Amino acid sequence: MSLSPPEKIAEQARSLLNVEVAGESAAAAGGTEVVYELRDVHVHYGQALAVGGMNMRIHKNVITAIIGPSGCGKSTMLRTLNRMNDAIPGFRLTGEVLYHDRSIYERSIDPVEVRRRIGMVFQRPNPFPKSIYENIAWAPRILGLRADLEERVENALRAAALWDEVKDRLKQSALGLSGGQQQRLCIARALAIEPDVLLLDEPCSALDPIATASVEELMHELKRDYTQVIVTHNMQQAARVADRTAFFSLNVENGSRSGVLVEYDTTKKIFTSPGDQRTADYIAGRFG
Amino acid sequence: MTTTSSPSTTLLGAEDLNLRRRRLTDRLMRLSATAAAGVAVAVLAIVVGSVVIKGASALSIPFLTQNPAVGLGAVGGGIANAIVGSALIVAVGTAMALPLGILIALYLTEFATPRTAPPIRLVLDLLNGTPTIVIGVFIFGLLVVSHSQTGFAASIALAIIMLPLMARTTQEMLLLVPGDLRNAAHALGVRRWRMILGIVLPSALGGILTGAILAVARAFGETAPLLLCDSVFGNTTSLNIFGTAIPNIPMDIYRYSESGFPTDHARAWGAALVLIALILVGNLSARAMLARQRRRLAGR
Ligand SMILES: Nc1ncnc2c1ncn2[C@@H]1O[C@H](COP(=O)(O)OP(=O)(O)OP(=O)(O)O)[C@@H](O)[C@H]1O
Ligand SMILES: [Mg+2]
Repeated sequence: MSLSPPEKIAEQARSLLNVEVAGESAAAAGGTEVVYELRDVHVHYGQALAVGGMNMRIHKNVITAIIGPSGCGKSTMLRTLNRMNDAIPGFRLTGEVLYHDRSIYERSIDPVEVRRRIGMVFQRPNPFPKSIYENIAWAPRILGLRADLEERVENALRAAALWDEVKDRLKQSALGLSGGQQQRLCIARALAIEPDVLLLDEPCSALDPIATASVEELMHELKRDYTQVIVTHNMQQAARVADRTAFFSLNVENGSRSGVLVEYDTTKKIFTSPGDQRTADYIAGRFG
Repeated sequence: MTTTSSPSTTLLGAEDLNLRRRRLTDRLMRLSATAAAGVAVAVLAIVVGSVVIKGASALSIPFLTQNPAVGLGAVGGGIANAIVGSALIVAVGTAMALPLGILIALYLTEFATPRTAPPIRLVLDLLNGTPTIVIGVFIFGLLVVSHSQTGFAASIALAIIMLPLMARTTQEMLLLVPGDLRNAAHALGVRRWRMILGIVLPSALGGILTGAILAVARAFGETAPLLLCDSVFGNTTSLNIFGTAIPNIPMDIYRYSESGFPTDHARAWGAALVLIALILVGNLSARAMLARQRRRLAGR
């Protein structure tokens, strides 16, 4: 097939997306403190390579988006950052994942402690079958953050822009909330234990556009205090919220498929002048 | 039009016979299955019906609140001591079986490896299938021969009978707890046992209790182990479960039905009615609770 020059594709992409690409701030350019550094990270499930070739730095107070086709290892990549993959049988990681210059896969590191520092929000809202208050208060209480628990709950709900909607029904079941409210509750729950990093795996895929907008707005506000990494299928969302974007692609080699990090740069660069043809094709909506 | 429709007509015609046979088989199968289900309902209706008809005459407030009159064939009195005794024996048995059953279920769902889980499940299923008289004989040899019949010996036998039921229903309910919830707790940096105590068990609690009630209802009616471990018939209320055998409902039914006096036969039917009512109420309420719990957990 004949390919258009990258500039043309970029232009197509821009008009296709028809969105304002997140500004290229100093932070986006990578000038600030490094939170994560991935050095030649490969992840296997059993014998099969799931995703490889990950070399990237994730910066403080920056929103980093992970995009790419289904099965390319976006979730896997995200879950290596807080060791959520450990529970999966056959999971094996090579290379180094440095978190503030310390390898989190070292023998001496307690994975529970890693997850304690790094919050995670999942694709499907998963509130506990408890009251709204208990959803937030449960983990802090257990983790020894018992002082001013009520205030902590309120702050978390405020930070997640949910306080005004639920302040009169804190004792009611969280399962009675709408999907968007449940997802923000899950974000509040993650924030209540004061993590350093927030990982979000397609947090809006089960939400309608209005709820999605509220989550995106929330992410913008949380930027001041948190480092965020978001996996998304929605390229417009990546363009709207992320400062930096990593594009993963699927490599098909003699019958086996594995993900690979193709390009990682500022969101503006990725969406307007991608350096790799595969990125350009994906952005322009041409797969394969 | 006609040219296109005629081949399909022949096709239908060719299969017509085959189709009719299959339809007939289908109808036969459905009919016999329905009939079998009908027989089950009928048997239950006949049993319950005859117990109600024959037992209702014996049933009265004193029958439930008074101890038996002295001597077989005597007039008046009730089965209060047996009701208390049965409740005590089953309660002690439950206190042993329930925690153990929950722990076994937790082991199976949370900690067992693919290698260790199947043999344990198999053992539970075998235990569940073991005739209760065998369990009775086992406890008889273990505790009664060397010592004497006690209510406690019966409690242990009933606990062994209840254990696999409780473990299996608990396990089933734990498996229904969505993995999403475990992930959520996991991602909060909470220790495994905290997650189990704080999220998994509470989410499944309704179902676990329901399973327990079903097992308790079953234990209430168990007779074989009581014959061997606790076959006393008396007219005093005894709470000394560790020291003596204590009266219970299945034993009352057995003794009264063996008696030659018609009044005692009526008592046997009355006691049977009390027992069956207890079991039915327990079963039905437990099943209603279970259905609600399943909906709540799965329908999220
Ligand atoms: N629990 C698991 N066990 C074995 N293989 C897995 C497991 N989870 C994911 N994989 C494999 O790892 C690869 C990457 O999966 P991953 O879920 O990370 O992809 P993804 O990019 O998040 O896809 P999607 O966009 O569909 O969510 C896939 O080939 C998948 O089959
Ligand atoms: Mg995924």
